[in-house]
Amino acid sequence: MVEKRAFISGNEAVAAGVCLARPHVIAAYPITPQTTVIERLAEMVEDESLRAEYLHVESEHSALSACIGASAVGARTFTATSSQGLLYMAECLHYASGGRFPVVMMNANRSVALPWNIYGDQRDSLSLLDCGWIQAYAEDAQESLDMILHAYAIAEHPDVLTPMMINLDGFVITHTYELVTIPAQSDADLFLAPFQTSNKMDFDSPMSLGFTAGPAYNQAFKQLQHLAMLSASRVIREVEEKFGQLFKRNYSGLLETLYCDDAEYIIVTLGSVAGTLRPVIERLRALGERVGLVRIRYMRPFPLEEIRKALAGAKAVGVLEKDISFGFEGTVYTNVNSALMSANLMRPRLRNFIGGLGGKNISAQDVEMMFSRLKSSDEGERVEFI
Amino acid sequence: MRNQAEKKTSIRDLSDRELFYGHKACPGCGGSLALRLALKVLGERSYAVVPAGCMSAVGFIFPQMAFGCNAIISTFAGTASMLSGVAAGARALGIKDFHAVGFAGDGGTADIGIQALSGAIDRHDKIIYICYDNEAYMNTGVQKSGLTPIGARTTTSPVGQRLRGSVNRKKPMFEIVAAHGIDYAATASVGYPLDYLRKLEHARHVEGTSYIHVFSPCPVGWGYETADTIAVAKNAVDCGLWYLAEFSEGRFALNHNPAELTSVRDYLMGQSRFRHLQEEDINAILAQREAFWTRIHREWRV
Amino acid sequence: MNFPERNRSFKPPKELKDYPVGTAFPAGHLVDTNAAWRSLRPVIDAIKCSNCLICWLLCPDGVIHRNSEGGLEIDYDFCKGCGICSKECRQKAIRMESEGE
Ligand SMILES: Cc1ncc(C[n+]2csc(CCOP(=O)(O)OP(=O)(O)O)c2C)c(N)n1
Ligand code: SF4
Ligand SMILES: [Mg+2]
Repeated sequence: MVEKRAFISGNEAVAAGVCLARPHVIAAYPITPQTTVIERLAEMVEDESLRAEYLHVESEHSALSACIGASAVGARTFTATSSQGLLYMAECLHYASGGRFPVVMMNANRSVALPWNIYGDQRDSLSLLDCGWIQAYAEDAQESLDMILHAYAIAEHPDVLTPMMINLDGFVITHTYELVTIPAQSDADLFLAPFQTSNKMDFDSPMSLGFTAGPAYNQAFKQLQHLAMLSASRVIREVEEKFGQLFKRNYSGLLETLYCDDAEYIIVTLGSVAGTLRPVIERLRALGERVGLVRIRYMRPFPLEEIRKALAGAKAVGVLEKDISFGFEGTVYTNVNSALMSANLMRPRLRNFIGGLGGKNISAQDVEMMFSRLKSSDEGERVEFI
Repeated sequence: MRNQAEKKTSIRDLSDRELFYGHKACPGCGGSLALRLALKVLGERSYAVVPAGCMSAVGFIFPQMAFGCNAIISTFAGTASMLSGVAAGARALGIKDFHAVGFAGDGGTADIGIQALSGAIDRHDKIIYICYDNEAYMNTGVQKSGLTPIGARTTTSPVGQRLRGSVNRKKPMFEIVAAHGIDYAATASVGYPLDYLRKLEHARHVEGTSYIHVFSPCPVGWGYETADTIAVAKNAVDCGLWYLAEFSEGRFALNHNPAELTSVRDYLMGQSRFRHLQEEDINAILAQREAFWTRIHREWRV
Repeated sequence: MNFPERNRSFKPPKELKDYPVGTAFPAGHLVDTNAAWRSLRPVIDAIKCSNCLICWLLCPDGVIHRNSEGGLEIDYDFCKGCGICSKECRQKAIRMESEGE
């Protein structure tokens, strides 16, 4: 078997990645723009290119609940959802992370009703940042596929044992066709070992799972969850290293930087909009402007040190996000600001740009405008809608 | 298969092994008896899924674990979906000869968990779903559920000038699951333990979804002496407010068809949750009982 | 044993490393008893007992055990004194005695 090149959508890339990871159980419920992932997987199970149990559940709550149940007997699981579906799962999200069940999920980032809207913003996943899941944000189809493979290796790592959510911007990634390299199954098997865990029900030594822990013990379990999430930072680097050696595609851990070494004006963002920023930045650099980009790949664990380092020399930084915590500011901004405030550094001027809500276009002109705002010394609105 | 299951279960055949032991249920709890007996029949190779509710609250308090077999607490709504996942995961891993069994309360079954249960039955997943019905949300302090009977006082169906307890009737869960074309369904009562045990034995061998709805009195929520749990559970059947039935291969069967029903009034007045009922309320309950039995005799042809 | 033996040497976790990973702990792990819940104690009269096992069957806590001689024994560590056994015994072979003060 050799690797293949295929012209596929982000969703199909995810399905291909899931197939390579050989999950035992897939349980999912349809919602735009996630649907084509679970359709492809259903076809793979039908033609036996993927040998997995496929559960046609009647809701997202049940999808994740079933994955937790399967994980609780030691099975590898996958589910996918978006927006309303992710929120419908909310209780189970905390359940999976608290129980340390390394379920892997794709979330197609989509606006949350009301008003109804099926297009991409990131309010769905960012409003659930505190649910104890590792949260990754892909930029394109190839990274989506690769992140699925990474996800199992990271989530199932004994030091981590934490579920992982891979976010793809709705439509912009999920439905855009790109040339994608699909690894050979034999290579994927070399990369990803079968799931082994002692956190399961077992007939050789029966276990009680999902128990109650009162005030005397509860916090210790939460502390362990926190430590596991912190360990994920290291494990992510190790996993990407191993992946790079095998597949010759290299990733840069919790965030990716572009020209941050000497950039004075930096935009921090996440997801597919980085693709809009890149050519603008190249153009501005060609004109001699010292601009740069930070693309956050992981919101949890948060790239605390990496952010500090990347932004250390900047005069002004804009955080561009498709999200807002109403009445305050964007959640990504809050996180970036906190990372900078808690370091004893010269803090750059910070601005929060909110855009792309409900799929509103963010254009190259918008990007140029944001950079020019960063250069101006006027205070302006703390939160600027673009 | 059928013969095996039909064989009368005798007490002496039952396992000595206790798989629900040292739990913190109230003294005389009917639900804990229903659970204990089920695990005697289903045995050690069980994965028990227990949602939020009394039985999970009393069975898994770190570091005191009362289940002797593999067990997990599910979300309140997630009994059936987690059971499906457990069964699918075990199947995919090549694990053989196991039971995925759920123990959910009436609220966890007829209200918040009914959607997941419906999905599992629809898929004919090989799971055994046991609803221990204590007729209210006991774990949170006796609130009204969809299986609280009419007239019962609960903390959210109080008795006052205007209302006299619950105004809703019990949802017909047994018929609801039967309408799905479920592979096996039964009602039972801890007051008729041998009938219950036989149904569990039958469910063991069903290739598909089994649902057993076991009437399980709660001395705390119903207001009677702890020693009376079995008697109350038996009385409910004898007075015709509960019934012992089965649904298998598309047909209903009545396992207990009393020629004469005992006094509903005595049943009701033995429990403080009903003691406020007035003559007209009791007459209304009697009329409902009459209508129920007439209907099932006609519709089920039993 | 047909029922779990109490882990009398259990030491509650002190440091994080003493805790299980995930919410997973050995099944049938008992550290304390339920004896203090009881105000009445069932006592079986072996002479009257016909060994029908109805009490054994109906005990919600499963604390009545068959011993090797075929007789019945009550595990008073876990009996809560509900009185179901006494009430259901057709031979009236189980009396409920006060636990005293
Ligand atoms: C989603 C959700 N809503 C509400 C609760 C609160 N809750 C926990 S147990 C319970 C009552 C359970 O009632 P039932 O299912 O009848 O079981 P019982 O306690 O009576 O045995 C409730 C309402 C919860 N745990 N989860
Ligand atoms: S409240 Fe009722 S159902 Fe709950 S443990 Fe006590 S007796 Fe059992
Ligand atoms: Mg209840």
